[in-house]
Amino acid sequence: MSGEVTIFTQDLVKRFKTRRGAVTAVDGVTLQVRRGETYGLIGPDGAGKTTTTRVILGLLKRTAGESRILGYDSMRDTYDIRERVGYIAQQFALPGDLTVIENMRFFANVQGASREEQRKRIPELLEFAGLSDFTNRRGDQLSGGMKKKLALACSLIHEPQVVMLDEPTLGVDPVSRREFWNMLGDLRTEKGTTIFVCTPYMDEAERCNWVGLMYQGQLVAHDSPETIKRMVPGRLLEFTPANFVPAWQLVPELEGVLEVQTYGAMLHVFVDDVERRKREIETALSAQGVTCEGMREIEPRMEEAFISLIRRQRVGATG
Amino acid sequence: MPKSLKRTLAFTQKEIIQILRDWRTLMIILLMPIVLMFFFAYAVNLLVDHMPTAVADMSKDIRSRAFIEALEISGYFDVKMYVEDEDAVVRAIDAEQVKAGLVIPPDFAAQVERGSGQVMIIFDGSDTLTVQTGYSAASAIAQSQSVELLMEKANQMGMGAIGLGSLPIYTSIRVLYNPDMDGMIFMVPGIAAILLQILTIAQVAMSVVRERELGTLEQLLVTPVRPIELMISKVVPNIFITVVDTLILVLTGVFWFDVPFQGSPWLFAWLSLLFIVSGLGLGLLISTVAQTQKQAQQLTTVLVLLTTMLTGLFYPRTTMPPLVQAVGNLIPATYFIRIARGIITKGVGLSFMWSDVLALLVYGVAVMGFAAVTFKKRLD
Repeated sequence: MSGEVTIFTQDLVKRFKTRRGAVTAVDGVTLQVRRGETYGLIGPDGAGKTTTTRVILGLLKRTAGESRILGYDSMRDTYDIRERVGYIAQQFALPGDLTVIENMRFFANVQGASREEQRKRIPELLEFAGLSDFTNRRGDQLSGGMKKKLALACSLIHEPQVVMLDEPTLGVDPVSRREFWNMLGDLRTEKGTTIFVCTPYMDEAERCNWVGLMYQGQLVAHDSPETIKRMVPGRLLEFTPANFVPAWQLVPELEGVLEVQTYGAMLHVFVDDVERRKREIETALSAQGVTCEGMREIEPRMEEAFISLIRRQRVGATG
Repeated sequence: MPKSLKRTLAFTQKEIIQILRDWRTLMIILLMPIVLMFFFAYAVNLLVDHMPTAVADMSKDIRSRAFIEALEISGYFDVKMYVEDEDAVVRAIDAEQVKAGLVIPPDFAAQVERGSGQVMIIFDGSDTLTVQTGYSAASAIAQSQSVELLMEKANQMGMGAIGLGSLPIYTSIRVLYNPDMDGMIFMVPGIAAILLQILTIAQVAMSVVRERELGTLEQLLVTPVRPIELMISKVVPNIFITVVDTLILVLTGVFWFDVPFQGSPWLFAWLSLLFIVSGLGLGLLISTVAQTQKQAQQLTTVLVLLTTMLTGLFYPRTTMPPLVQAVGNLIPATYFIRIARGIITKGVGLSFMWSDVLALLVYGVAVMGFAAVTFKKRLD
């Protein structure tokens, strides 16, 4: 994958002064997003995803390092960026007492779209967002999913080359989530828009073609989802023990077991050799009187990779 | 159309839609000043006259009755009860049955004859306004009584009003330092000024901080809007609202409280516009300091209190320590109260109040400039 870089940061640092001293929210992040890419910045809550996005957009002052969008410096060329980038804040933040159409017109005027452009684009975007039948409904009275779609439509009114979305599917039902991601997919394929999305959801990360994994202000890993999933050593076994706690205590001690993660009532166990360890685990558990059902090998997903990578980061930090 | 103008118009239009759509708040903004104006004006008016008074007349003769009558006729004192002695008067004040008490000694008439009559007037000191007004009223009444008695005595002795050694009733005369206070016609323009002050500050501050709290400000800041454009869009619609409020208050003053509008309405219009803008600027400044609506409310409350206390409406500024006066100078209403009274009540022109006008002008420019500098394009 090659091409022009649209979003760029180099050793980006953001420190907040609080009463208890300085808190480093972003601690030396270096990332690159190429044109037309869908980049997912993933990480747990408080990892610094929102702060990174805000600094790149020039909404927060950066403490150190560099950050640019489309070659414009986040701090110096703030308004050049704001004319060319679309942004959806984490919470619904459009003026809620304005109707759908009023919101569209407001953002169109603010972005300097001419009347002709508005006549063409607003109906298109409403259609795109599935809001054509709700033009006179107030922003506050839309459902969570519709709010996000309206926010996306408003952020696209000036045909930005880059769209940055901060946890866009927070508080959105699964069906609307899927619809929203389909919209992003269309946007990418039809307009070639660069999409930068922060999300804590691993299934959404799989929809990106490049992923940055953020933890405690640092970018722990950044690569394609396929490569990231391969970063976890070993292969993955999944099973449901009849008696969870003893199994959960016993399995990590066994030979050849690299890592154990819980997944609901199931255990996800990374092992070095599937056939050999499968037998050994079953034997060891039945010796303790614990039967287990449906032990099988599965493909590691982003979720397992993510937990494993973060766990390693924690061990590295303490040990 | 230049992009900047287009953005400013779009933001202003958004503000207007939001204001009109929130009609409950709009009604409060438009009706509250009238309600407050009535409360303030009548409350202040009731404070300074018709003070409920307890009388202990231990003399019970023509002289004492004449004195009590003079107090009542003055309109400042209403005799609510007659009691036995000084202790009973104090008890009545303690029980908050009366605000003032009058004690006339048993030998009052004889004292007066000797030329050294003394009465005691007791005030509820917890209410400084009552004391001030009552004190000066009582002094004035005693003095006029004295003069009357003196004339009477002089006539009896076959003398004219010459060669008088001493007055028969001794009083110390103090002139109220704020003679403007007792007239409704002076009160109403001042009340209008502080109500407008409160409105301007609160409206802008709340409207900006509300957007910050909801997160809307973040979404708006990420558009190409410049801080100055955002400021204008917050100020302009509120100018219209406050102008309507000003009209309502002035018309209420003229037609209900019979305040004669002596000066030039146009001069008043321009100067009140200047005052409104500086108040809105102060509101913008608060909005840059306060992060939440709660903080904005608290800051506004502090300013409201300072406005009522320090601007010279209820409490005279001349007696305040320099530091307190200086704080009062930071509130535009301080200047505008004098301007409003000058134009409406006294009917004077610009030449009589140019220093206040200049101060207000400097203030308005400074506060707007300061707000423009502190109004950021970022969140932190």
